[in-house]
Amino acid sequence: MGYVHSFESFGTVDGPGIRFVVFLQGCPMRCLYCHNPDTWTERAGKSYTAEEVAANALKYKSYFTGGGGVTVSGGEPMLQTEFVTEIFSILKKNDVHTALDTSGIMYGRIEKQKLDALLDVTDLVLLDIKHIDDERHRELTRHSNKGILQFAKYLSDVGKDVWIRHVLVPGITDDDVYLNRLAQFLSGLKNVKKVEVLPYHTMGEVKYAKLGIDYPLKGVMPPEKERVIKTY
Amino acid sequence: MQYEQWEGFTPGKWCDDEVNVRDFIQRNYTPYEGDGSFLAGPTEATKKLWEEILKLSAEERKAGGVLKADTAIVSTLTSHEAGYIDKDLEKIVGLQTDEPFKRALQPFGGIKMAEQALNMYGYELDPEIKYIFTHYRKTHNDGVYDAYTPEMRRARRAHILTGLPDTYGRGRIVGDYRRVALYGVDYLIVHKQRDKALIDGEMTPDKIRDREELEEQIKALGGLKEMAAKYGCDISQPAKTAQQAIQALYFGYLGAVKDQNGAAMSIGRNSTFLDIYIERDIKNGTLTEEQAQELIDQFVMKLRIVKFMRIKEYNELFSGDPTWVTESIGGMGVDGRTLVTRSSFRILHTLTNLGPAPEPNLTVLWSKNLPKNFKKFCAETSIATSAIQYESDDLMRPEMGDDYCIACCVSCMRVGKDMQFFGARANLAKCLLYAINGGKDELVRDKATGKPLQVSPMYAPVLGDGALDYQDVKCKYEQMMDWLAGLYVNTLNLIHYMHDKYSYEALEMALHDTKVRRFFATGIAGLSCAVDSLSAIKYAKVYPIRNEDGLVVDFRTEGDFPQYGNNDDRVDEIAVWLVKTFMNKVKSHYTYRESVPTTSILTITSNVVYGKNTGNTPDGRRAGSPLAPGANPMHGRDKNGALASLESVAKLPYDYSRDGISNTFSVTPASLGKDD
Repeated sequence: MGYVHSFESFGTVDGPGIRFVVFLQGCPMRCLYCHNPDTWTERAGKSYTAEEVAANALKYKSYFTGGGGVTVSGGEPMLQTEFVTEIFSILKKNDVHTALDTSGIMYGRIEKQKLDALLDVTDLVLLDIKHIDDERHRELTRHSNKGILQFAKYLSDVGKDVWIRHVLVPGITDDDVYLNRLAQFLSGLKNVKKVEVLPYHTMGEVKYAKLGIDYPLKGVMPPEKERVIKTY
Repeated sequence: MQYEQWEGFTPGKWCDDEVNVRDFIQRNYTPYEGDGSFLAGPTEATKKLWEEILKLSAEERKAGGVLKADTAIVSTLTSHEAGYIDKDLEKIVGLQTDEPFKRALQPFGGIKMAEQALNMYGYELDPEIKYIFTHYRKTHNDGVYDAYTPEMRRARRAHILTGLPDTYGRGRIVGDYRRVALYGVDYLIVHKQRDKALIDGEMTPDKIRDREELEEQIKALGGLKEMAAKYGCDISQPAKTAQQAIQALYFGYLGAVKDQNGAAMSIGRNSTFLDIYIERDIKNGTLTEEQAQELIDQFVMKLRIVKFMRIKEYNELFSGDPTWVTESIGGMGVDGRTLVTRSSFRILHTLTNLGPAPEPNLTVLWSKNLPKNFKKFCAETSIATSAIQYESDDLMRPEMGDDYCIACCVSCMRVGKDMQFFGARANLAKCLLYAINGGKDELVRDKATGKPLQVSPMYAPVLGDGALDYQDVKCKYEQMMDWLAGLYVNTLNLIHYMHDKYSYEALEMALHDTKVRRFFATGIAGLSCAVDSLSAIKYAKVYPIRNEDGLVVDFRTEGDFPQYGNNDDRVDEIAVWLVKTFMNKVKSHYTYRESVPTTSILTITSNVVYGKNTGNTPDGRRAGSPLAPGANPMHGRDKNGALASLESVAKLPYDYSRDGISNTFSVTPASLGKDD
């Protein structure tokens, strides 16, 4: 059994093609710009078996022909590694492309055997690197980035396809110096198929209000389109 | 061949003493797989004319919606002298009245409605006309009300039957206007005369009516010739050039809109037919691409200014002033060749040359086998203008062949071979409330007693205050649908009998085969609301709340229930059951003139008004708030993204709702993915 926040049957921004996206509950990170604070709590949402989730996703198999598939996101899906492994195993038996959208924060906290079992049935990892500088990373997420960067290297070593994602927040993650350091780090990896710069947006703000939490980035505006393009 | 105008065409059945436009198209059209690079921009004349129309449109808006209106001339094919926008610039001529933007007086549907519409815009109906139409000449509306039963009147007043075409023209009939161009009117008259001669022998009421109607058709064709002659055009013979073909076809359509103020006045499937004439002229060196585009642009311009005099509530119901001049474009032939021609591009190109507009309602019959270049062109034009409608040719072709068109927004009919009796809608959400309350209306009161109005006969209502029992409610709902379907069909039988009698579409029917297939087009409103309500009763606990009369007027729900729009079979199956059940009940009744019953699940904007007249429903929807449009899930209840929502709708059986299923769906470009 696993805890699911919600499903999106027409995901077009979390991996290639048209994707069925499963959002899981629970996340240890507390990123200032988090747009899904309603997924933070671990034992919330609705519980499903892996079979139920996979069956739900497989209803849309005919839409996956253009390179699409299933993405498991969150929350932090690797809080429920065995659950995800079970879902992906069923999907792989059905020839469906699988993508794991993770912050990498769980690297080193879960047994290697379990991690490898998950990666065996994962076609693509969408790895979110929040900040290249450890100190800044702590400020932004309340956690060190060391494990995350090690995870990136591990994925490179085992040759797992990765898309790197970086959220661009004006004044916080858009400093050219750090962006260059990030670029340098990424150039050392052998498995990066794509780098996506995700412009910060304010659509999460209403959720904070609903949950009664103060919105930490009040007043921060989304970046200009040109700024996003320049980042590449 | 019979006519020299047909020279250069491949002969076949179509010119062998038959009326057979499809055969003509199949033998003569040139499929086009290339791109849109050949297209030409608007000519100076087109630009000037369009500017003039924009100016008139601005004046019309300023005047409150109507610029000019006839108050004393009753519109017929020949009621007006020729009218022009700017005669010297017009390649395609003909207006509904003698001036552009002057709305015609069309009282045959109902004199009251015509008068009301005039009054709303500050005009006075000519007293003599009023006298004639209240003393000497009966209208469709009068006929209907003379025959309505008390039960029909109650159902109408309570809005469980709603939008019925009993005070206005039913529309939805599409003449095969191409016949005017291909054959000329004289040929068509000869064929109708022959058909009439064949109806002989024992004079049953049906035969008498058929003979009378055919004579009306023949007279209308004569009237059409006379109308064209006022513009200096002779359409008794086939068209010789592309200009003549477009002009003749347009005259056919113009005759129809002069004759009828129908709810939807669609034009058919014409661009590929016209392409044959354009190609012939271009081959003969008598027409350039620029001139061809000018003809199409000016033809479309005329279709854009079709106007009817209607009451303001009507415009409110449809959120605008629609005429539904739907033109169906493209599609595939049953032989596998595409029906896309250069003129399919030309007609879509009018959106670029003249700018986007809602009318004519350009509708691409989409197939996965359409030429790639055409698909790309459609996509580009859609992105630039947001003004193209798409419908699945792959879904409709197997049943309808390759010469059908769309009437209004989704009703498909074979051009010149099918017509339909438009039947508005029955409100199935309200019907569920009737099942619970034994046929008493939850909102409307009996004028005499002040008690809730008993609309149906007294059925057993749900008793007690305990949670509603699904089997009990479902059983009562089926009984109530039995009653509603019967009443609905009978009301429509009566309405269409009277429409045929007092406001017969003689010209449009003259441009149909005499042996026409008639559809009896019923419709469903409030599907998703009824389905979610049943789901709530089945999967959660729904307690009735009664008012002082003991009537259930609200509900208290404990627990969750699956909602339609999430690709969840537990509830989607209820939707399928409901459509099939209601349709089967409709089918079990006699339908007027051996018509084939169909149904549609298709309200685009009128769901708002239907919702106003529906009380609190067990799904939690509040009284007066809108129902969902067409087959849409209720607003905000589809929580699993677009595909889940669309998959729920896609489960509805098209075989049981052949008149169309609509789902209103909008996306922002960004939600379709990143443009790499």
